[in-house]
Amino acid sequence: MSAIASLAWKSLLNRKGSVLLTLLAVALSVALFLGVDKARTGAREGFGNTISGTELIVGAPTGSVNLLLYSVFRMGSATAEISWPTYQEIADRPDVDWAVPISLGDSHRGFRVMGTTTEYFDHYKYGRNQPLVLAEGARFADLFDAVIGADVARDLGYETGSPMILTHGLGQADFGSGHDNRPFRVSGILAPTGTPVDQTVHVSLEAITAIHVGWETGAKNPLADTISEETIRSFDLTPKTVTAIFLGLKRKGTILTTRREINTNRGEPLMAIIPSQALAELWSVTAIAERALLAVSIFVIAVGVVSILTSILTSLNERRREMSILRAVGARPGHIFTLLVLEAGLVGFLGALAGIMLIHAMLLVAGPMVAERFGISLIGTGPGLTDLFTLLAVTSAALLAGAIPAWMAFRRSLADGLSIRL
Amino acid sequence: MTDAVVAISDLHFAWTPGTDVLDIAEFRLEAGERLFLRGASGSGKSTLLGIIAGVLEARSGAVRVLGKDLAKLRPAARDRMRADHLGVIFQMFNLVPYLSVVGNVTLPLRFSKTRRTAVQGAEEDEARRLLARLGLEDDGLLSRRVSDLSVGQQQRVAAARALIGGPEIVIADEPTSALDANARDRFIELLSEEARRTGAALLFVSHDAGLAPHFDRALDLGDINRAGVTA
Repeated sequence: MSAIASLAWKSLLNRKGSVLLTLLAVALSVALFLGVDKARTGAREGFGNTISGTELIVGAPTGSVNLLLYSVFRMGSATAEISWPTYQEIADRPDVDWAVPISLGDSHRGFRVMGTTTEYFDHYKYGRNQPLVLAEGARFADLFDAVIGADVARDLGYETGSPMILTHGLGQADFGSGHDNRPFRVSGILAPTGTPVDQTVHVSLEAITAIHVGWETGAKNPLADTISEETIRSFDLTPKTVTAIFLGLKRKGTILTTRREINTNRGEPLMAIIPSQALAELWSVTAIAERALLAVSIFVIAVGVVSILTSILTSLNERRREMSILRAVGARPGHIFTLLVLEAGLVGFLGALAGIMLIHAMLLVAGPMVAERFGISLIGTGPGLTDLFTLLAVTSAALLAGAIPAWMAFRRSLADGLSIRL
Repeated sequence: MTDAVVAISDLHFAWTPGTDVLDIAEFRLEAGERLFLRGASGSGKSTLLGIIAGVLEARSGAVRVLGKDLAKLRPAARDRMRADHLGVIFQMFNLVPYLSVVGNVTLPLRFSKTRRTAVQGAEEDEARRLLARLGLEDDGLLSRRVSDLSVGQQQRVAAARALIGGPEIVIADEPTSALDANARDRFIELLSEEARRTGAALLFVSHDAGLAPHFDRALDLGDINRAGVTA
């Protein structure tokens, strides 16, 4: 057996060129598969880590995924708002520890603007209960202060102190639809989180009310610009409505009870969702695409294994001679079979090994960049069980594929005997 | 006449049923004998060697190699018989391209414990010794790729391989047909000498009747084969 193994090894070395190409095909396919798998795992984790520490999210009745989408992912929009008195009612509930209101609807050059209270920065957590951290500056203190996410700062080149003009609605700034009479100032920039927070402009709830003075009908009142900043500051800017409320409970055990009570609220109709449940529901939707991607990369591996088969099959004719020499010096047909199967297995094993090393080298280099840009943490996905399993699976598949040419050579070596057929 | 290493009687062999290629009443190769078997191309020489080597099976008749009837052996046992007791030299392209010169010579030892134990001392040393006796002792030559050797040199490497581990029978199928006259005579001399030294019986097959004087005995396949082969 070891004699055959050493023959297989030497035979591969002798065909370095074509063997290296096959190795490369296998390595790339394995790297692709593991890359997809790791991105998938990272994305799922990052996704599940978008919000933590918040027990319930309350909004107007809609689908739970929809509520999650607009309140956490800033996607889509609310069908209805919650009135301020109802917010106060919820916040005053004895089982509620904290209640942070958010108000959405405006944007700034493609980034959503969210009105909230400074408590948001205390209570919104992501990942493993990580808090939001200011990379520079401070929370909003003045009416026209804004705290921007890391992506906003990077993409728009803002620093603390930069002025910014918000847009009414969610489109790009159209002429006349801007809140250009109410310029804001960047007071702080948040450190990257890899969550939608990075793409959000945070202002106070009062600021949202303030910029809508003169917009009560839904369009800009021609007289809106005549109201001076001082006048606005003197107004009662308590919002009339909020879009959603993030809730923290005093005792986690009451989540279901609290949720039911809010859902069956006798006043304004409300809906409360548990973020982790809604996240799982949302993920199950995206999981289809994710699985399709995985299926594709498995097929790519299959192509890699087939390339091993092809390279051995094409070499079989020119090696017919070699087989009859081996037979003549005493190799049994079983030896010939083993030789070819081993060659295929070796190529599969080495290719998969190279692919695993390739993807980990790439993760090491690109991991930090991906984590910052896309919020997908690929770090900590060092060589693991998946890699080992992939290595074993590819090697076994290669051994199986090798059995085909090996069987052909086996049959042929029986028929050829010692005769010289070229 | 008990020590024939190959004894064939009433052998019939056909590639396609009904048209015998070989029909041999009797054929013997004595121990240590150097036998020249002449045969035109297509006369069934290679087929006969295949039968003796145990890779082809006769349709009927007895083929005894070292006293054992090949027909009664299982394929694996025939393979072991060949590995242990037979050295084979082909017409050309005798060597495995990815093995070194010495690696090619020691190749049979990987498949036969009998021949491995017959080698005294290190396998590589034995290979080098055999190669030196066959006129290949230059270290530079031995480190070359086998495909870079001349045909004559390749055939000598093949001869060393056939002889290593002292098999009882060496069969050579037109080993000199690619060599010029000088190289051919030298090759046959060296091969005969080494076969005599190791005590191997040599069955040398060629179409060239002119080689017969180099051997103890000469046979014409046309004379012993009753099947009318015309190819």
